[in-house]
Amino acid sequence: MIDTVDNATATPEQEQPFRELGLKDDEYARIREILGRRPTDAELAMYSVMWSEHCSYKSSKVHWKHWSANTTPEMKAKMLAGIGENAGVVEIGDGWAVTFKLESHNHPSYVEPYQGAATGVGGIVRDIMAMGARPLAVMDPLRFGAPDHPDTKRVLPGVVAGIGGYGNCLGLPNIGGEVVFDSSYQGNPLVNALCVGAMRTEDLHLAHASGTGNKVILFGARTGLDGIGGVSVLASETFSGDEGGTGRKKLPAVQVGDPFTEKVLIECCLELFAEGIVVGIQDLGGAGLSCATSELASAGDGGMHVQLDRVPLRATGMTPAEILSSESQERMCAVVKPSDVDAFMRVCAKWDVIATEIGEVTEGDRLIITWHGETVVDVPPRTVAHEGPMYERPIERPDYQDALQANGPEQLARPSTPDELRAEVLRMAASPNLASRRWVTEQYDRYVRGGTVLAQPSDSGMIRVDEETGRGVALATDCNGRFVKLDPYTGTQLALAEAYRNVAVSGATPLAVTNCLNFGSPEDPAVMWQFEQAVRGLAEGCKELGIPVTGGNVSFYNQTGTTAIHPTPVVGVLGVIDDVRRRIPTGIGAEAGETLLLLGETHDEFGGSEWAHVAHDHLGGLPPKVDLARERLIGEILVAGSRDGMVSAAHDLSDGGLAQTLVEACLIGEVGARVVLDPDQDPFVQLFSESAGRVLVAVPRSEELRFTEMCTARGLPWRRTGVVDPESQSLEIQGIGDLPLAELREAWEGTLPALFG
Amino acid sequence: MRIGAVTFPGTLDDSDTIRAIKASGAEAVALWHGDADLKGVDAVILPGGFSYGDYLRAGAIARFAPVMGEIITAARGGLPVLGICNGFQVLCEAGLLPGALLRNAGLHFVCRDQWLKVENNATAWSSRYEAGAEIIIPIKNMDGRFAAPKSVVDELEGEGRVVFRYAGLNPNGSTDDIAGISDPTGRIVGLMPHPEHAIDALTGPSDDGLGMFLSVLDSVVAA
Repeated sequence: MIDTVDNATATPEQEQPFRELGLKDDEYARIREILGRRPTDAELAMYSVMWSEHCSYKSSKVHWKHWSANTTPEMKAKMLAGIGENAGVVEIGDGWAVTFKLESHNHPSYVEPYQGAATGVGGIVRDIMAMGARPLAVMDPLRFGAPDHPDTKRVLPGVVAGIGGYGNCLGLPNIGGEVVFDSSYQGNPLVNALCVGAMRTEDLHLAHASGTGNKVILFGARTGLDGIGGVSVLASETFSGDEGGTGRKKLPAVQVGDPFTEKVLIECCLELFAEGIVVGIQDLGGAGLSCATSELASAGDGGMHVQLDRVPLRATGMTPAEILSSESQERMCAVVKPSDVDAFMRVCAKWDVIATEIGEVTEGDRLIITWHGETVVDVPPRTVAHEGPMYERPIERPDYQDALQANGPEQLARPSTPDELRAEVLRMAASPNLASRRWVTEQYDRYVRGGTVLAQPSDSGMIRVDEETGRGVALATDCNGRFVKLDPYTGTQLALAEAYRNVAVSGATPLAVTNCLNFGSPEDPAVMWQFEQAVRGLAEGCKELGIPVTGGNVSFYNQTGTTAIHPTPVVGVLGVIDDVRRRIPTGIGAEAGETLLLLGETHDEFGGSEWAHVAHDHLGGLPPKVDLARERLIGEILVAGSRDGMVSAAHDLSDGGLAQTLVEACLIGEVGARVVLDPDQDPFVQLFSESAGRVLVAVPRSEELRFTEMCTARGLPWRRTGVVDPESQSLEIQGIGDLPLAELREAWEGTLPALFG
Repeated sequence: MRIGAVTFPGTLDDSDTIRAIKASGAEAVALWHGDADLKGVDAVILPGGFSYGDYLRAGAIARFAPVMGEIITAARGGLPVLGICNGFQVLCEAGLLPGALLRNAGLHFVCRDQWLKVENNATAWSSRYEAGAEIIIPIKNMDGRFAAPKSVVDELEGEGRVVFRYAGLNPNGSTDDIAGISDPTGRIVGLMPHPEHAIDALTGPSDDGLGMFLSVLDSVVAA
């Protein structure tokens, strides 16, 4: 029997499985208080998914104050939409607006790597479409356990194939991302997905359901039994260990994606936008129709009536609660004026997209959902979508933090002879976190749509937005979880600094920030301390750089038993370049006779470094210092260098230090170089330190004086560190030895294929 | 000069093909899978992608689209047709070219800049190249391994109908390193690599692909 509102009113004492659905006792009591009765099964399903951590941000929302407190009016000025919308939107010039967002699909990807990763791509792309934008490109920051662990061999190939299998069929170029290995992610890989889209500024579509009498149309795939309860079960409680710490895992239903349906849905949506017949639009992602109807209704100025029995199904016998919480992929919900419904249906028919009028915007302020004429949901939509619980979780700096920071890298044995240093350059180049990502990126289409100007192995991905003017955007995502573990505030600012720098080295001006904050359990005060530090670090860092946070995503409960992952706030930075023809490539040797300059300063900084990780499996001490004013200066100098044609290549220094940057710059450019280290500083420190705020640039000899004078005048330290040598086919580091490119290439490119086939 | 580019549901590189046609100086005409109408074009290109999702077998459903009936008839009458990637698969399924494209030998999707050798520059789509020239063009596919019975391969090789061959590393285990072939008249050509993504060194590895779009203009003028 279907549980109707009348039935719920008549049977107040009926037991309900709210705990199994992830609701706490007090949360259930609050629902009863809001409704003045017990919820129906359908209402309970809606509240439980919408009040899950994943949808409600109940543990993190209290910290959002740091974003607003650190956003100045100048930072706000370029934002057309910010936090709270499906994705942030910024103006980039020439009448274009760009929207981008980063989101996690961690838990599903561990359970079912291919489909988990595939549907992660699908979901983020629909978020971008829900802003009225044409999706332009995707990228995927990924983190896995130890590279030689048997489970990594299960998870990584599946995730990569899933991202490729789905993204390649959508016709969206994959322009970058990250692949990081660390045993802290062994039982909790991180699969984050980013999508960027563009639209004319006047075409921005915000999700709302205004206008009494307007029709609500569900279009795209049919609704089935896949992914039911996925949000609450997967994202909230999956990995909670019991007292014994055995970490029993509920086996959830991961959604299955159909990229062909999504591709057709994209084209259909774009045609609908072009026709100007969409009043409001919302994607169906986590929490499915529960989310879409309550968010559309609560963002509008009226109520909404939905006839749930009209929803096209792919399974028989589904209950209203199941239909409302199904996470079947490739669905969208639109609000359309009655006079435009026929035109809407014609466009959908052209693309063979199923479209069904399921309801309408009503007077009043209730979301009412009926099932064959009987009311199964009657709620104030804001209480479902926006007024969920909010927790001020206890925060406590963990006991181990002092010991961790005291255990610095100073005592680690360092290579010192030329032979040892030469061998270390090769060992580092071949190490799993520094080795070429080609095995992964070759499985992604980076060319489709013809606008890709830079993609992996470049520091950032760059896409042309306007074919006439050449205006484009650059994107990079970064985070070194080890730095964040050592000092969450500084570590997060280092992630921001690196993403900012990676955009700047391409010649683009950094403009906006998004993030995906991957942490352990919010019920652990130590994790909440990391989280609070990270949010504050990011917010204050953005203020110093003068670029706003336009949106973000939080993924909690990334832990196995009581052991959390390294805190991993992945930071994405978007930059704009007014003409992509002036982009700065990563590989050296584009012009004859280039000088190599090292910008910035190198200090003895090895806490959390890749060298300490590879050589000693050591994590302790403090991360490198961060100087955001310096990062900003480097960014300005690189943009000026690009604009005036003074810089022919640039590559940032980060994981693995100068040695790795030189190896990559030579291998990508397919030319040799001769490098002279500073005689007054330890060669080991110069080659492997991970001090922030450094970039290797190649400048044509004719521009060298002009460029270095600009650096000096603006107070940026620089050092002439070598020359490009197209004849030599080797990287020669004076006093250390000769590294033939063939030997370097074998080291750099051999690792991932050897591990994963 | 008007050159058509067909869009099936799931076609991905149609806008890139249209950009390449325009870059060659011709007028690009969008053709729709559901319309049995070639709009009087002088040549047709079937772009890459995953037509109808390719859930059955790459190209197997697209072959039955209304527009394909027109293309098959016109091609048999001499209309120049180029199939790129999924378009090549469709031409094989439609019987306009022999053989089939199987899953890549490594079982992975492969996207890389690929060197090709121009083996036959007497076709409608390769006349602008020097015979034996080596060109670099992106390849990106899951099912790119050309296969055919030995007698068919011998015939293709014997008649000089292997138009493009992979140079250097064979990316997918294709028989005889075959990257592209033609019909006996040289007017119908299919290849796995994507010339439309090599028309500008800014967004591709080279502009070597433009030659295919320019070649067909010559052949149409000559006809």
